[in-house]
Amino acid sequence: MTGPTTTATVPRAAVRGIRIRRQAGFEARTMLRNGEQLLVAFLLPAMAMVGLKFASVPDLPAPRIDAIVPGVLALAVVSTAFTSQAIATAFDRRNGVLRLLGTTPLGRDGLLGGKILATFAVLAIHLIALSVLGLALGWRPAGSGIAPALITTVIGAACFVAIAMLVAGRLRAEAVLAMANLLWVLFLGLGLLLPTTTLPNAAGGLAKALPSGALGDALRAAFVHGSWPVGQWLVLLAWGGVCGFLATRVFRWSD
Amino acid sequence: MVPAVEVRDLVKSFGATRALDGVTWSAQSGRVTAVLGPNGAGKSTTIECLQGLQRPDSGTAHVLGEDPWGASAEHRARVGLMLQDGGLPSMSTPPTLLTHLAALYAAPADPVALAQRLGIDGFARTIIRRLSGGQRQRVALAAALIGRPDVLFLDEPTAGLDPHTRLDVWDIVREQADAGAAVVLATHSFEEADRVADDIVIMDTGRVRAFGGRAEVTGAKSLEDVYFSLTRGGKR
Repeated sequence: MTGPTTTATVPRAAVRGIRIRRQAGFEARTMLRNGEQLLVAFLLPAMAMVGLKFASVPDLPAPRIDAIVPGVLALAVVSTAFTSQAIATAFDRRNGVLRLLGTTPLGRDGLLGGKILATFAVLAIHLIALSVLGLALGWRPAGSGIAPALITTVIGAACFVAIAMLVAGRLRAEAVLAMANLLWVLFLGLGLLLPTTTLPNAAGGLAKALPSGALGDALRAAFVHGSWPVGQWLVLLAWGGVCGFLATRVFRWSD
Repeated sequence: MVPAVEVRDLVKSFGATRALDGVTWSAQSGRVTAVLGPNGAGKSTTIECLQGLQRPDSGTAHVLGEDPWGASAEHRARVGLMLQDGGLPSMSTPPTLLTHLAALYAAPADPVALAQRLGIDGFARTIIRRLSGGQRQRVALAAALIGRPDVLFLDEPTAGLDPHTRLDVWDIVREQADAGAAVVLATHSFEEADRVADDIVIMDTGRVRAFGGRAEVTGAKSLEDVYFSLTRGGKR
């Protein structure tokens, strides 16, 4: 079962690490050039931050900006890790891109690795830019909260990428587009942008159990109080684990 | 000589439809093998099995002596593929995509020279989504050639192309074979097969109806006559 030995000794594929890094760079540039992606992942969160800062509703503990910025950062996580990723993956699947790249030296695992790296890179850019805007508006995060906030971001992004793959893995691209946007709005309202405690009782309880509420509350707990929100991490890990597992079951590499 | 591509007794069903019903043929390095047949003959399914995109129910598919299902990156680097649906990322421009794909290989073809050869440089700044069907076909062909493959699979490479571009593509196919690649070309155009193929496989309803050198398959008749007598039960 060996091929012609004359060519087998000369490597033909680029080294695995290079392949994945190149794919990540390619995906990240594609994301950053995409106007809709920038709108949902940066502009809308930035507008929400400014709007909530200068509005008088809803009632938030003073200083308002300290409660607002973590929610806005959580929103940006969901925009990049979930909405953009679900839509991009669904259209790549429909256009045969996943199929084609799967047959290049990159392969399916390299494609996945590249997507994850690209998501984190683009997310880092958005989060830094939004944080700078927050600081300029007077945000003063708890210094001791930075480590748990970073952990929250990583767990949250992983969880929402898993949800994205589940949504993008089987439905038609147009249906994914509609669903990803709808879920973005629902997540936004259910604990992402504002504390679950500001929601009406039933909705607040539901939001706490959802990944949106867990991510939003976790980032607020970290940045406002400098605490380690282990309960919310468990919620995110559970959602991520279940959705990730289901995604591996239902995901189709081509339509 | 060990064939570069070999399928033996290949069977693949999708639900109740038997897409491949015991398919056997092979393709040699340095030759163009046309897999000819009407829509639904099983050409694309065979190629997908050879690409590791589909897993056969039974029988074997070998490319360069390896089973393509779950094959290594090294193996994939030696095989080029042009898919019927293109498979190109819609938001990218052709040069960006080709440069990116080239980076996945250790010793790729020069993306700039390849783009020139295929006339892609004429629409270098247009994103793939806005290209015409024919332009997109050329980019897809370039994507298949960028790794300088030992085996090249082309699924309907000239469908929808204007006559000049078709001739260009046929020249390129010939060049690739002359340079030593095994070229497998799925088509429903017997004109195309007649024009570029050294060996011909005629498929219909998941079975091989004829396989051999072009002269061997056609005998004294034209490929057109042979094609119509062997496909769709001989009715035309």
